[in-house]
Amino acid sequence: MRVPMTEYLVIDLDTERWTCRVCSQDIGDAHDSYKKGTLVYDRDPREIHQPIIDPNRYEYTFSPDPTYCRILEYYCPGCGTQIETDYLPPGHPPTIDMLIDVAALRAQWEKSGLDAEEVFNYGPGDDAQKYTAHHKATGHIR
Amino acid sequence: MTAIDESPATKLTVQEQEWVDRFMDDTTLFLGPDPEIMRDHSIAPRSDLEEIVLAEGVDRMQVERIRKRIAGALDEGYEMCEAQGAAPGAKWGDLTTAIYTAAGDVAYLSCHGVIAFSAILHHPIRYINKYWKNEPTVGVNPGDGFIHNDARFGNVHNTDQSMIMPIMRDGEIIAWVAATIHEGENGACEPGGMPSGSETPFDDGLRMSPFKIVEAGHLRRDLLTFLQHSVRDPKLQLADLKVKITAVRKIMERIDKVIDEVGVDTFVGALRTTVEDVDVEVRRRIGELPDGTYRFDQFMDSTLKENILIKIACKVTVKGDSMVVDLRGTGPEILNRAINSPLCSVKSMMMQAILAFWWPDLPRCTSAMSCIEIISDEGTWADASYDAPMGQSLQASFRGFSAFQALYSRMSFSTPHKYSNVVANWYNQINTFLWGGITQHGDMVGNLCADLNGMPGGAKPFRDGEDAVSPLFCAMADTAEQEVMEEEVPFMQLVSKRLVRDNMGFGKFNGGMGYEMIVAAEGTAQWGFMTVTSGSKFSSIYGMYGGYGCGAYPLAMVKGTNVYEHIRQDNKKFDLSIEKVMNERPFEDGRYMTYHMGLQFDIAKDGELYMISQGAGGGYGDPLERLPESVVKDAELGRITQHVAESIFAVRYDPEELPARCRGHAAGPSGGPPGALAAGQAVRRVLRRVRHHGAAEGPSLLRVVG
Ligand SMILES: [Zn+2]
Repeated sequence: MRVPMTEYLVIDLDTERWTCRVCSQDIGDAHDSYKKGTLVYDRDPREIHQPIIDPNRYEYTFSPDPTYCRILEYYCPGCGTQIETDYLPPGHPPTIDMLIDVAALRAQWEKSGLDAEEVFNYGPGDDAQKYTAHHKATGHIR
Repeated sequence: MTAIDESPATKLTVQEQEWVDRFMDDTTLFLGPDPEIMRDHSIAPRSDLEEIVLAEGVDRMQVERIRKRIAGALDEGYEMCEAQGAAPGAKWGDLTTAIYTAAGDVAYLSCHGVIAFSAILHHPIRYINKYWKNEPTVGVNPGDGFIHNDARFGNVHNTDQSMIMPIMRDGEIIAWVAATIHEGENGACEPGGMPSGSETPFDDGLRMSPFKIVEAGHLRRDLLTFLQHSVRDPKLQLADLKVKITAVRKIMERIDKVIDEVGVDTFVGALRTTVEDVDVEVRRRIGELPDGTYRFDQFMDSTLKENILIKIACKVTVKGDSMVVDLRGTGPEILNRAINSPLCSVKSMMMQAILAFWWPDLPRCTSAMSCIEIISDEGTWADASYDAPMGQSLQASFRGFSAFQALYSRMSFSTPHKYSNVVANWYNQINTFLWGGITQHGDMVGNLCADLNGMPGGAKPFRDGEDAVSPLFCAMADTAEQEVMEEEVPFMQLVSKRLVRDNMGFGKFNGGMGYEMIVAAEGTAQWGFMTVTSGSKFSSIYGMYGGYGCGAYPLAMVKGTNVYEHIRQDNKKFDLSIEKVMNERPFEDGRYMTYHMGLQFDIAKDGELYMISQGAGGGYGDPLERLPESVVKDAELGRITQHVAESIFAVRYDPEELPARCRGHAAGPSGGPPGALAAGQAVRRVLRRVRHHGAAEGPSLLRVVG
């Protein structure tokens, strides 16, 4: 069974692997950080948050300072989907944001008797139901 | 402070211990904050009465009826404060009313208002119970009211002042009612109550430990005078004390009726049942989350005086129905800067995340966080010691909120039953102007603009966030009418609510946008502005699941010129934006400069411009997954530039086509906007391919855009 763990990642309980939710690419050992199996780009934040006032004249421009802040972009090696971003000081190691107890996850789902992907949802609210149904119909969300 | 353990070698007899205790009690020099009270955020054990009442069993329907009536009373009290309060904060809903058990646990909070208070006000009540109740010179009697503001004794921050009154029957306290308002001005070294410039705790303004200011129904004039004498706005201090007293009394009147009807036992049982119900339910909900460890580190770029980098670490471990939050690894406190926060304030903002964003359906009780263990090193900037200044403690505490908001999405993503939607990070800085000086009416004042309430946020897995929607700490807070304010203060917002193009957390679904504010004073003997936030070099919030965070925000100023004079001479110059003013420099005699967002109180001469922008909410999901028609629509509305459409979203369009669509021309063949998108989609495919091909090259991949 595949359990959706983030927007772009599932844990496959049969193989105990992180797997891309978009293209089913194998990402890595589910007992470890998924980030090790991604492609990483060390992005200059000025390329994303571009200056709004003239960077040649002013120190503070709406762009983060690249000597303070870098954006690590993590891509699925299969489809190139940007799975996650980290805002970190230059040289700071990636944040290990999730370490999942896979055995406990399996036990939890076995006990529930449910299929994790089948029952997956984005939560309550008329709002959620309306938009989710619409985007699902067009294939915009999973 | 270093404590040296010199325990006596011989054990004292019971009698000797009594003598020692009495000696220590009689000769205590100073009763400061009590670590036993301050480190503990869990609910109190049952009192004897609660034990007896609950052992007999409660009627659930009765409990529900009592809860509803309490809620009605608290909402009425809340509305009284909002309608009558003199503080700008009160007018925008930055306040709360609540009822507490005899031991001080919040049993119910007003529907509106600042939920964070449900994690905090048990501290001062426990203090009153422990130190003042049996103290012959103080005591707690019917009609008494205690005031308090110092966060070292338990508060969100020192701008907030509480009025706490006991409900008593037969000489016993059976509950407490309190109203808390963000009053702002508190006599700190800068006006407005949250100085970015405080360098010692004595710069933070009033240091009110809980003390009795209302005695047997009478507001004590001597103490009131002392407080008025200690702040810049004596009128405000008096007016809002009266407002809080009146609101609390009104709530107590209604609750008295409930108690008269159902009896003390049933009433006490109902309060405790609510507290315990929530505790049980929270444990059950934690049990639904997958076991594991979840980590979110944040970095702050400012002491509000100089640029730095300091970390706030948060690791949550879930195992079964237990949750442990570990803040170790957080940077040290800085003993001459204002950014430090006491741990209780950080916890209060974690509670804000829990009750507003994790489980908004739960009654707002102390017990919503009671079972969560929190590990933290005292002496860090998120767990500051007694001697640390904490004028801008929000710098640490709001990041406690952000950690909890971001981590819950990861913890709860797989759960089949959700209590709320997954939400990308809310903007977490109070980008606004604090101000002070002498008004056009000759009054001395100090406070702030409501624009801090214009925080954007709310990107979800299925929709964009909202622009300037509400502050993270108060869903119903208002950004107020600037024009009304201008009647009372000698400055205008020349630009009040204008969105800054491209100021957005990009994603598959974008975070909401923030607006800019441009102010200038005129016609005052003395006036000044300040700003109190970080995030000018390092983004203060991050995106979610491939979305991006917010940008970095400058304070821009034009000094040495009077723009009012310029505009009077040539009204075409009255088309202002930060981008336009700073890049085009339309006022020839002006000096144009940028600064980080920690501006200490700065004297503003007539017509000098101060310009800031609200931040942006974090984006959700990979921006390349955003629908091209949504990107074009953003461009069409002027929310993003064509450059951002191409470089971030990889959508190319023909700008000439946009006005055509505005005039109502038919959509293009794909049903999307006309003309442009075929090329855009090709670019997107190229991008994907570049990412894909990069795979063979190893872990570092260059994503070539365009
Ligand atoms: Zn993939």
